Amino acid sequence: MAMAGFPRGSLRPALAAALLLGAVAAGAGALAAGPSLDPARAGPCVEDPKLMRRSHMDFLKHDRDDTVRRGIRPAKHSLAGCVDCHANAKDGRVLGSDGHFCQGCHSYAAVKLDCFDCHAATARPAQTASAVPGAAR
Amino acid sequence: MNPVDKRRREFLGGAAALAGAMIAPGVFLYDYAQAKAPGEPASGKVRWGMLVDTTKCESGCNDCVVACNTEHGLPEATRATDAQWIRKVELKDLRSGKAISAPVMCQHCAEPPCVDVCPTGASFKREDGIVLVDRHTCIGCRYCMMACPYNARSFVHEPTTGQKPDVPRGKGCVESCTLCVHKVDRGGTPSCVEACAAAGHEAILFGDLNDPQSEISRRIASVATTQLRADLRTDNGVRYRGL
Ligand code: SF4
Repeated sequence: MAMAGFPRGSLRPALAAALLLGAVAAGAGALAAGPSLDPARAGPCVEDPKLMRRSHMDFLKHDRDDTVRRGIRPAKHSLAGCVDCHANAKDGRVLGSDGHFCQGCHSYAAVKLDCFDCHAATARPAQTASAVPGAAR
Repeated sequence: MNPVDKRRREFLGGAAALAGAMIAPGVFLYDYAQAKAPGEPASGKVRWGMLVDTTKCESGCNDCVVACNTEHGLPEATRATDAQWIRKVELKDLRSGKAISAPVMCQHCAEPPCVDVCPTGASFKREDGIVLVDRHTCIGCRYCMMACPYNARSFVHEPTTGQKPDVPRGKGCVESCTLCVHKVDRGGTPSCVEACAAAGHEAILFGDLNDPQSEISRRIASVATTQLRADLRTDNGVRYRGL
């Protein structure tokens, strides 16, 4: 950060506060811009998007056990469901570039994404056919 | 149904539409008497199984294996270490020359040794008798492969590509026949059974072993069938006729 040039302890509180505020403001600007992602294909998400952004991994983890171990299908929170709705309109995928939904946000947030080492990153064919490109996010 | 629920239902993959037609709001008509409703857990009242009729299985026919590979996105096995969920076995009695051909896959044991030995709990048996690997928990130790009397499990040695949305699979885990659990949960039938019927052989029958009225139960009650290595008392869900 901008502290580098100052000898340790030489910052007066006022200056420090100003620097800090500046840093926060700059950070907020960059955050507000956010990653630019493919739009969802149709309808509202299964949960409030704010909640999804924070907790989708917990929902997925809970429902994967329901599906794999207890055979509950379709799960409300299913990874295949995410992919179907958020896949890119052209290639039907959620990975490939920083505009693709899953990859884009994970690279923006610098969080490793290993679901797709095993899971398909491509929407199911029926979903592609019935997709509504450009539908409200 | 309110509009939000309706949209959610569409989002959730249209499985409800696949499994049954809605005849009135909230009332569904299912094609398969045994199929569970969408969202229901697998039930212990059901025990899924298969009956392989070796008198109908044709030597040299590989359609069940091809169908399995296609359904699950498995590359064709070319090396001994490649994944094989189902394989054709040809037997010959040397004295009489009588030859028998039959597919062998996970036998979906009631007492599965693979489940007993698994140190992580990844190898498990569902309520309805289907034996599976939970890849989220599997550490790839391969104890289960050693324990399986039928050599039914494979280890994935190479990175995987081209996975099917319903069949995630990846390097470092053990896998085997799932009895097409993703289809069965939606009221369907395993792909090998369908392929065998499509080829006109109808050598594999799938159904509920617990239901005395099911075709498989009636067949087992009327013709002599055996479980492979019945001496091990694993009580296999897959049975064979004509061995
Ligand atoms: S390979 Fe996986 S499923 Fe098999 S015993 Fe080891 S942890 Fe369990």
